[in-house]
Amino acid sequence: MSVLLKVRNLSRHYGTRVGCEDVSFDLHPGELLCIVGESGSGKSTLLNTVAAQLAPTSGSVSYRQRDGQWLSVNALSEADRRRLAREEWGFVTQNPRDGLRLNVSAGANVAERLMALGMRNYSQLRGIARSWLERVEIDPERIDDAPTGFSGGMQQRLQIARTLVTQPRLVFMDEPTAGLDVSVQARILDLLRRLVNELGLAAVMVTHDLAVARLLAARTIVMQRGRVVETGLTDQILDDPQHPYTQLLVSSVLTT
Amino acid sequence: MTAALMLELRDLSKSFELHHQHGARLNVLRGLDLRLHAGECVVLSGASGAGKSTLLRVIYANYRPSLGAVHVRHDGRWLDLAKATPHEVLDVRRRTLGYVSQFLRVIPRVPALDIVAEPLLQAGASPQLARQRASEMLHRLNVPERLWSLPPGTFSGGEQQRVNIARGLIVPRPILLLDEPTASLDATNRAVVAELLTEARAAGSAVLGIFHDEDMRDQVATRLFPMQALEAA
Repeated sequence: MSVLLKVRNLSRHYGTRVGCEDVSFDLHPGELLCIVGESGSGKSTLLNTVAAQLAPTSGSVSYRQRDGQWLSVNALSEADRRRLAREEWGFVTQNPRDGLRLNVSAGANVAERLMALGMRNYSQLRGIARSWLERVEIDPERIDDAPTGFSGGMQQRLQIARTLVTQPRLVFMDEPTAGLDVSVQARILDLLRRLVNELGLAAVMVTHDLAVARLLAARTIVMQRGRVVETGLTDQILDDPQHPYTQLLVSSVLTT
Repeated sequence: MTAALMLELRDLSKSFELHHQHGARLNVLRGLDLRLHAGECVVLSGASGAGKSTLLRVIYANYRPSLGAVHVRHDGRWLDLAKATPHEVLDVRRRTLGYVSQFLRVIPRVPALDIVAEPLLQAGASPQLARQRASEMLHRLNVPERLWSLPPGTFSGGEQQRVNIARGLIVPRPILLLDEPTASLDATNRAVVAELLTEARAAGSAVLGIFHDEDMRDQVATRLFPMQALEAA
């Protein structure tokens, strides 16, 4: 199968401090890859650097776009990077308030990314927004409500709808369930699992929760102090961890 | 005429190194050779702790072998799973190598019917066909129809196990690994599983399994493969 994203020897330093160091991986179409590790292990730095929200200190990120052309993401102009983020990528932030526009309605939040792609027909936009609210299990009657009145779980589901409405080929997610109650988490994870399958998305997801990786990702990368310490099939890493740090992570999980 | 060789283990060893238990090392498998042909059902026998489940997990690439090779016939060519890339392993699991454990890993909120249909969908079947086949499997394994639309988290142990078997057998795969899939089933349902396995073998599948129940073993096994705990040996 053809590769969608190639990350090679990617490093991002903050002055003399290491954010992430010498990370390489490939991502295939339709594949969800999890990056796990503790707080401060460099997961989010890696995600943001791959998603071109942070400039790398060294290394490269290449992306094969819809027309089959390989793009060197680091070499793109700001305008091209924005086009990529608008047309082919999506980003789901941990705190939905960072990814939503709180002062406009739920419907407008979903429609906005479509309008950025040039769709102008009001009733069509509204129809798509309604169907996406339903898809993420938000009552479509709340289409005109501002998300400030939504619960955290609803806001996160709205952000997911806003991100996926443009049918991106690649989605980056930074701890999308971390700030939520366990029951709400399960609902979002199930939703993500279903949508990723239905839409054939490729995704890179950061999580500190190994159970999330087990549920969603076929492959996982384990990070410690900015470096990859183990990578492979998720079930292999969780059931037969090789690296001392991975063994510690796995053995620290509470099982019920 | 001899049946095609489907799986060949060569000099397979597995030990676990526990970095946080003072570097303790558990040797579970050493120098193991095994050949499995199409149409046969080899049952691993031996006491608890002999490494039977570990062996199945190493073959499924759920555990990484410490030494040796796991050759699998995939798409008519041989692939060593000990050296395969994660994407190759996933492809082998999707189409060639099935694994049914004792326990269903429940996915929150997903109904039993969809859990069973999923592997067939992933193998490329239409949603309609996948759900139809899933209904047939659940029906055959006597899972009451009123449960099909419910997530199996609250089902009894035996019901969960039958959902798990249905999910594990819905895609006809050339090699099947079974880790006590009938442990909590009654005689009627064990007989159904024995029947499903006989059909799978007749269709050319090679089966490698663990069955503690002697009746079940006698019904399905074409050959036993005795195993012994290393430390005791």
